[in-house]
Amino acid sequence: MSAQGLPVTPSQTVGPYLAIGLPWEDGPFVVPEGTPGAFAISGVVTDGDGAPVPDALIETWQADPDGRFAHPDDPRGPAAPAVPGFRGFGRCPTDGQGRYRIVTVRPGPLPDPGGGTEAPHLDVSVFARGLLNRVVTRIYFPDEEAANAADPVLAAVEPGRRDTLVAVAEPGGFRFDIRLRGDRETVFFDV
Amino acid sequence: MTADLRPPAGGRLILPGYQRPAGVHPPLDSPEYRSSRQRAPLRPLVPLPHALTEVTGPLLGSERVTPADSDLTTRHAGEPLGERIIVTGRVLDSGGRPVPDTLVEIWQANAAGRYRHQVDDHPAPLDPNFDGAGRCLTDSLGRFRFVTIKPGAYPWRNHLNAWRPAHIHFSLFGRAFTQRLVTQMYFPGDPLFRYDPIFNSIPDAKARQRLIATFDMDLTEPEWALGYSWDIVLRGREATVFENAGEGR
Ligand SMILES: [Fe+3]
Repeated sequence: MSAQGLPVTPSQTVGPYLAIGLPWEDGPFVVPEGTPGAFAISGVVTDGDGAPVPDALIETWQADPDGRFAHPDDPRGPAAPAVPGFRGFGRCPTDGQGRYRIVTVRPGPLPDPGGGTEAPHLDVSVFARGLLNRVVTRIYFPDEEAANAADPVLAAVEPGRRDTLVAVAEPGGFRFDIRLRGDRETVFFDV
Repeated sequence: MTADLRPPAGGRLILPGYQRPAGVHPPLDSPEYRSSRQRAPLRPLVPLPHALTEVTGPLLGSERVTPADSDLTTRHAGEPLGERIIVTGRVLDSGGRPVPDTLVEIWQANAAGRYRHQVDDHPAPLDPNFDGAGRCLTDSLGRFRFVTIKPGAYPWRNHLNAWRPAHIHFSLFGRAFTQRLVTQMYFPGDPLFRYDPIFNSIPDAKARQRLIATFDMDLTEPEWALGYSWDIVLRGREATVFENAGEGR
């Protein structure tokens, strides 16, 4: 199909000035502020020297708490949203200390095409100067040990690196740091 | 397609994934681009199969956009300086299907090559009548259209006497997480192409050419603006049993 199809447009870096065009005031809110059960996922993006990355943009995409997507390509068909105002999408630029923060609710588990079940997770894109294409990672939850152990995506990751994909509980939510390069580098996926 | 893919009770999900074109995107490890040396991952990427999270994505609609957002020249009382241009084109997938109702966001330098950003210290003037950001939704045929100012080239300290060719930054969502794309549109005939490590990070020369817009006399507006066209192609679906067997989509 690709042979007779149109060739894809290549990626280029988002550059240092993404803040002119991409941040939205309500971007970090995957669910409206004040949603019962909502929590924060926050962390720091660091580079190969361990220095914070102050000009990155984090985007997240996830199912709702019932494990559903309000999207025509979810083959299970339409479902009422489990949380009023649920958007599924979060977007947050990093601040001067490399920190980001999104406010969300926990996604449900998902059936996967292989017949297994994916543990609750968020897909994450990281954009920054120095990255010629986005890098993609996933956030899993630390208190889902059984579901994480059965997750087919985690299973394909070297055991010694899986912990880079699992958030850490902290007051008010979870912490998920993203190390772009080097020491304990976060696992990034070829999506 | 949605109905075709619904699993029978107790059956498995059937999810056509998205194509994975090889050799199109720049390698993350591109040391000529100096910032990549601190920031590009060292470890190989782990293949991620396309499951529900990847074949869906945010469908950001008209609540995000007003018609005025696509004209970058009318935000202030005065006219911005520079060459007024119309930039238009279609968003398609690699199967040739238009991608309708998808958010397109752009940002750029002004005509002097200066960004309205506190980190940009290029000694070129800011334009009080130009902010440099726009957005629109594609229409039912996947078309987008912006009115803006041709951005200037700017220096960027990557190496001695480094200048970026004039470009407009583009951000696209498509219909699925897999289709997300951030890229840059360039202008035809720019003498800086051969010196630019970002443009040249794309390994295939033909693929690089796909980032260069076409000047189109038919798009110009007499006494008003020059016109450029640029089509953007996102990854398409892998062929499915259903598409091969039936009417397709
Ligand atoms: Fe730029």
